[in-house]
Amino acid sequence: MEFALSQDQKMMQDSVNRTLDRICPLDRVRKAADANEFAEDVWLALAELGIPGLLIPEQFGGVGLKLLDAALVSEALGRHVAPVPFVASCVMAPIALMRAGSPAQQANWLPKLASGEVTAAVAISEQIAGAREGTGITARNGKLTGKAMFVLDFDDAGLFIVADKENKLHLVDAKASGITEGTLTTIDLSRSIGELTLENVEAEPLSHGNALIALRDAGWTMLAADTLGAGWRMIEKAVEYSKERKQFDRVIGSFQAVKHMCAEMAAELEPGRSLVWYAAHAFDAIPDDASLTAAHAKAYLSEVGRFVARTSTEVHGGIGITDLLGLHYWFKRIGLNRQLLGGPERVRHLAAAMQGFAAA
Amino acid sequence: MDLAYSKEYEDFRAQTRAFLERHRNDFPKPYGGGRPAADMLAWQKLLIENGYAARTIPREYGGYGAEPDILKSRIIAEEFTRAKAPTGLAGQGISMLVPTLLEVGSEEQKRKYIAPTLRGEIIWCQGYSEPGAGSDLASLQTRGVEDGNDFIINGQKIWTSTAHQADMIFCLVRTENDRAKHQGISYLLFSMKTPGIEVRPLKTMTGNAEFNEVFFTDVRVPQENVVGGRGAGWFVANATLKHERGMLGDPNAANTRLQAIIELMKQETVDGCRLMDNPVLRDRLMQLQGRVLAMQFHGLRLLTAAATGDDVGLARLIVKLEGCELNHQLAAFAIDALGELGVLYHDSPHLRANGFWQRAYMFDLGLIIGGGTAQIQKNIIAERGLGMPREPKLARE
Repeated sequence: MEFALSQDQKMMQDSVNRTLDRICPLDRVRKAADANEFAEDVWLALAELGIPGLLIPEQFGGVGLKLLDAALVSEALGRHVAPVPFVASCVMAPIALMRAGSPAQQANWLPKLASGEVTAAVAISEQIAGAREGTGITARNGKLTGKAMFVLDFDDAGLFIVADKENKLHLVDAKASGITEGTLTTIDLSRSIGELTLENVEAEPLSHGNALIALRDAGWTMLAADTLGAGWRMIEKAVEYSKERKQFDRVIGSFQAVKHMCAEMAAELEPGRSLVWYAAHAFDAIPDDASLTAAHAKAYLSEVGRFVARTSTEVHGGIGITDLLGLHYWFKRIGLNRQLLGGPERVRHLAAAMQGFAAA
Repeated sequence: MDLAYSKEYEDFRAQTRAFLERHRNDFPKPYGGGRPAADMLAWQKLLIENGYAARTIPREYGGYGAEPDILKSRIIAEEFTRAKAPTGLAGQGISMLVPTLLEVGSEEQKRKYIAPTLRGEIIWCQGYSEPGAGSDLASLQTRGVEDGNDFIINGQKIWTSTAHQADMIFCLVRTENDRAKHQGISYLLFSMKTPGIEVRPLKTMTGNAEFNEVFFTDVRVPQENVVGGRGAGWFVANATLKHERGMLGDPNAANTRLQAIIELMKQETVDGCRLMDNPVLRDRLMQLQGRVLAMQFHGLRLLTAAATGDDVGLARLIVKLEGCELNHQLAAFAIDALGELGVLYHDSPHLRANGFWQRAYMFDLGLIIGGGTAQIQKNIIAERGLGMPREPKLARE
């Protein structure tokens, strides 16, 4: 029995963090956000570390690691509010192909995803968080029609993975005709979210298995891990600031009112780490526990993330809400993670339904 | 990451399970603290002989003498819970004094006290807090004045659970008047039958007297009863408090409560509808389930770290704060779920769970305050865990 990261896992996360410390400081995040594009240099550096192919088997040019490893990367990306595709392109899409793709589909797409030359977007929001404004995709005779919102890792995607109203998944080549892409501008400019309108678009079903639940669980766990990383960075920033900022001739970090705010953030957030680790590990090793713990990881980190984001901002006082300081990039990333793939109430409802406590 | 147990541990689990199955008829009535009944004493003896209690205490002091193995301890705890078997005795003597004596006691003290304490023949109480010394425990004023080979002790202790049943007390007394606050305290062991000791029950909001006040008037205690040397009491006591804080935040207790609430919500109805079908209550239940799981997995992480010696940063420092708070929230939620029935108490008709939830809700507030208040815990997390500065001392007037 060992509930801990391996030496390899610690080293891998360290190396991602060090790379991001170097090439993805706040100025780089700001530049990407201002230009409204993802940070290509950061993406290329991550590709050199093998991140796009993290979960993809070696035979397809990937590294063949597990979801727990991906959670550690996600935590590092959240820590740096890195403006790169990850949750959909490096985690959900490869899982869809690996679990439900035909050998030909795998051979066609996995090497391109693993090298990072193609990124994938995932459109399953309607089937998980619920359909809004009449959205939803209908499949008929191998063609897809309808609208999907909150498509993840949207910009520049070469491949779309789309769920239809029957919870079946489809591959859509971004070059296919009949696709209209529209950007959804969210509070968080470090992530690309869009909407997809399909009019009789050529698609291939991912029919070798049902992967929607796996996509959802992996997505929930990655968003939770991202918030874990972003949240801890916000705590560290609050602590650092409180040790420098003086008022009433004392550093404010020596006031118990401020210390207790920081202690509460840490005490609430740290158990979330174990929840993320367990959910990610269960995804590959304990299938019976995977969905429930992924749901709880998502809901728990969403709630605690909001608390940490506002409390850290408050510890900073007035400067905390300025663009000058840039703390808001973490605040907004945490806010986005909370709502994507279902806010906490929705996710907890699904958690209750999984256990037979509520009708689905 | 590997949550499976190796064969050695699975064998140990099977062996533990078989032991409990074999002795199902020997289970004593649940132990409520204080003086154990004969069936409990026999059970304790059986558990020690088989390594399910006092497992890592050396044989020469009356324990089982196994090497410390935190996974085996965990398996024992899991299997006892699963079989609904009463665990061994776990009063303050066994959980706090014995580890302290093993760490800093003299050979004579170990030989004299540990074995009978483990057997349940000596019941102990803890004399730490005073009316004027709570969070600032080191400011305690109970004094021991040297008189020949003895100390003459005067003063008052409070929050002394089991004092009315205890044979002995481990007690913090200021014996070195000329020394600084933390260096003037000694850790003393003495009989509760010593002349000059008066115990008054302290009734709390639960309606029960879970605690006592203890008054000392010219109580004569031999100086040889000091543990760890004169003036070293503060450091000896800190060794003990470490054991108490681990004890107060048990994540399994939270899971037991959660499961009871799930059953309650499936069975209880309002206007013919199950509580589980109320979406507001169900959402609160799910919030609590998430917290319980987080603390359970957090416990697994700490368990592994304790076995491997890994540094987990502030992870260990948050357990008392978060664990006690979670247990309290669970009790609060059960009361809310029960609605008007939730206020029934004592021996009322229609009472649910013998009034457990109200009693727990009130008693647990004491646990949030006791053993280092939530605010003291937050200071510890901020200062030791996050490296924030201590509150500056006020200049003396």
